[in-house]
Amino acid sequence: MLDYTKKETYDRNALRVNPAKTCQPVGAMYAALGVHGCMPHSHGSQGCCAFHRMFLTRHFKDPAMASSSSFTEGASVFGGGSNLKTSAKNLFDIYNPKIIAVHTTCLSETIGDDLNALIQGIDIPEGKYMVHTNTPSYKGSHITGFSNMTASFIQYLSKASGKTNRKVAILPGFVNPGDMREMKRIASVMQIPYTMLPDTSGVMDSPMTGKFELYPKGGTKVEEIKSLGDCELTLAFGKITSEMPAETLYKKCNVPFKILPLPIGIGRTDEYIMALQSLTKAEVPYELEEERGQLVDILIDIHPYTYNKKVAIFGDPDTVLSLAEFVLEMGMVPKYLVTGTPGEYFQTAAEDLFLKFGMSGCKAKASGDLYELHQWIKEEGVDLLIGGTHGKYIARAEDIPFVRAGFPIIDRYIHSYLPLVGYKGGMRLAELITGALMDRMDRDSAEEDFEMVM
Amino acid sequence: MMNSIVLEERKDFILQKQEGCQGSSMRCDANSISGAVSQRACVYCGARVVLNPITDAFHIVHGPIGCASYTWDIRGSLSSGDDLYRNSFSTDLREKDVIFGGEKKLTAAIEEIAKKYHPKLIFVYATCIVGVIGDDVEAVCKSMSAKYKMRVIPVKSPGFSGNKSVGYKMACNAIMELMGPHRPEKKNGVNILGDFNLAGEVWIVKDYLKKIGIPVISTITGDSNYESLINAPAAQLNIVQCAGSSTYLATRMEEEMGIPYIKISFYGIEDTIDSLVRIAEAMKEEAARRKAVEFGEAEKAKLRNFLESYRKNLVGKKAAIYVGGGFKAISLIKQFHSLGMETVVVGTQTGKKEDYEVIESMVNENTVILDDANPAELETFIRDKGADILVGGVKERPLAYKLGIAFCDHNHERKHPLCGFEGVVNFTKEINLSLLSPVWKYIKQEVVV
Repeated sequence: MLDYTKKETYDRNALRVNPAKTCQPVGAMYAALGVHGCMPHSHGSQGCCAFHRMFLTRHFKDPAMASSSSFTEGASVFGGGSNLKTSAKNLFDIYNPKIIAVHTTCLSETIGDDLNALIQGIDIPEGKYMVHTNTPSYKGSHITGFSNMTASFIQYLSKASGKTNRKVAILPGFVNPGDMREMKRIASVMQIPYTMLPDTSGVMDSPMTGKFELYPKGGTKVEEIKSLGDCELTLAFGKITSEMPAETLYKKCNVPFKILPLPIGIGRTDEYIMALQSLTKAEVPYELEEERGQLVDILIDIHPYTYNKKVAIFGDPDTVLSLAEFVLEMGMVPKYLVTGTPGEYFQTAAEDLFLKFGMSGCKAKASGDLYELHQWIKEEGVDLLIGGTHGKYIARAEDIPFVRAGFPIIDRYIHSYLPLVGYKGGMRLAELITGALMDRMDRDSAEEDFEMVM
Repeated sequence: MMNSIVLEERKDFILQKQEGCQGSSMRCDANSISGAVSQRACVYCGARVVLNPITDAFHIVHGPIGCASYTWDIRGSLSSGDDLYRNSFSTDLREKDVIFGGEKKLTAAIEEIAKKYHPKLIFVYATCIVGVIGDDVEAVCKSMSAKYKMRVIPVKSPGFSGNKSVGYKMACNAIMELMGPHRPEKKNGVNILGDFNLAGEVWIVKDYLKKIGIPVISTITGDSNYESLINAPAAQLNIVQCAGSSTYLATRMEEEMGIPYIKISFYGIEDTIDSLVRIAEAMKEEAARRKAVEFGEAEKAKLRNFLESYRKNLVGKKAAIYVGGGFKAISLIKQFHSLGMETVVVGTQTGKKEDYEVIESMVNENTVILDDANPAELETFIRDKGADILVGGVKERPLAYKLGIAFCDHNHERKHPLCGFEGVVNFTKEINLSLLSPVWKYIKQEVVV
């Protein structure tokens, strides 16, 4: 079933089949939801906004509130200026956001709406804000959109007062609220004051209170974004996602930055903790030492089951690279790495990683799609597939164990509440991976080999 | 009731039933207001959801990647044959294409498919920017059709050119274009229009029609394919399930092929029996009519004990409805009524004036009726009216849950068939399980130390 993929590769330059990415605006919408009291606003046809809200809701299983300029034929000919004006008035009147974060769409970009000029012409109530970012859907991917929106918050709002606030700016990258919570917890354990932007924890994983909150408790506050300019250092997670906003803060407010990989696995979590430790110069608290030790202990316990197992990983570039390093730490072979997001860095970084762990015969591709990944797997199979929900067709067609990690996961629950990052996230991932492999052993073992103790 | 959460411009779209009848003066079928958190989708979405269930077609989305990503296997339309439609195809337009035009890329994409897969049918969806950058999609489709002896049909669906209803129309036009050259010999039987085989619902309806002796020629578009669709003109009658999406197609088939149509609904016992009887009558099949009545009564009798056992859990509960089309809303109101429940809020995304008139005549006083509602309105009215359960689609589910009330998906994410007699069982069980789940009682509890 669902197996339409041809094994032999053929020239395919124009047609995208089964994409491993989506468009910029949804990334911008997700970033904007990570700002407290913010209404993300989609400047384009109403369908874009409806699709993005649906997409986010399917992943987070929480409401994603956003509004649309609702372009009509007229707007697409004469420009969407009056739509934006009406939108701003209606939004401030009725929904009373602290800030409106506008992102463009392929339509408003192509007809050439100048958002800078449009917003300047809008009467913004006292104490309220309106920012925008350009997210042409035909460039980059949802990761680019997330990056652009984050940078635009900084560009519009952050200011250097000349006095340090002794905080670290944390740009978490395109991760789940569960990951953001874990990154913040680690910083707190290290006793480092921080501001995270964006921070969707408490928004997209908000607790049940019996009340529907248009603007849940979580999210980076506008005041905090303003004072990002007074931070001592920016820790930017995921070069592809977070370098641009980090550079923006550097250029605007002279805050130095350090690019770190998403802290998945041992080595990459170590890097995060060392970066924090270089600020405090204090010893790393035992709490974290203990967690690290536990993770190593776990990897030792499971190594007979993971060693030399071949894995295919797909998804967002920074996530895939960090997952790849973690499976390498587990003794596995990251046979295929695919991201839909374009950009040369992905492949270079992947090859560096293969080299670092002495791997040969592994392939990595940016601007790829799941059809191609499926072709590779048909050519030479793998023992495990890691990625978002859309991999389930390949997993079923090829009968491969499948671990869901990344974005979007629309056929399972709870994942967005729990981390992949940090040592705790490593434990969770290790459990997911060995669980999938060992369930498969149980399923496939002959009656006489079926074991109670494993 | 018009309190502060309702935008001035939205007031005409909301009605609270008063004593007697106001002749339903509410507005509908208009575009959403800028700045509203509308639940409504676009022209492309409308076109895509109608055509997507055609199982052996390549559905190529011509535009930047998003429109294809968001609609990849978007709805649970089941197939008894091909699975091709569950893949996602797009031209993934990039900046270069936007500057220099996307025709070349579209042509190349179609050629890649033509050479590798030799398909019979390709749909090309033109999204928002395609017209703006000046691509002549029709010309490309025409030349590709001729070159490779296959049908390549353009679907004009730029998102801004109206609302979801316009998209339904564009999809219906594409289906008409597909059937255009085909005039098969007339056969005894009906086409089922506007059923997308969610959770296998088309199969249930087909089975009922078989039981009463009415052959089905074609289903549009649930579990359909190229061959079955070009046979559709052979039918003597069209029966229209989802009126919102497919009445336009039925009208065109009536005008251009002389096939009359009737609107039916297989949601709920009464509407299911009534629909079977009306189909038999429209086909002038007295034997079928008798069988429909017998079959219906027998099924109804079988359900009596079942419904009685659930009714005591549900009686007196209040329901809110927010669905796509007006006809479905009407069936749901009846279904809730038969379970002893009252509908206190009812809204649709694309309901028509006549639908709202029927709805108004059915509901009790003070029931709120709204067109193209936004979450704030839904929240307010659900709360004010004390609804215990919301029936809706993907975007409404988390809203209901956050409000702490039960939910039933009557849209793309339904997991069980909700039509026919089986559907009554599934629907009742689903309503029951969500209303009776113990989880709700933990919401307002304080932590006991």
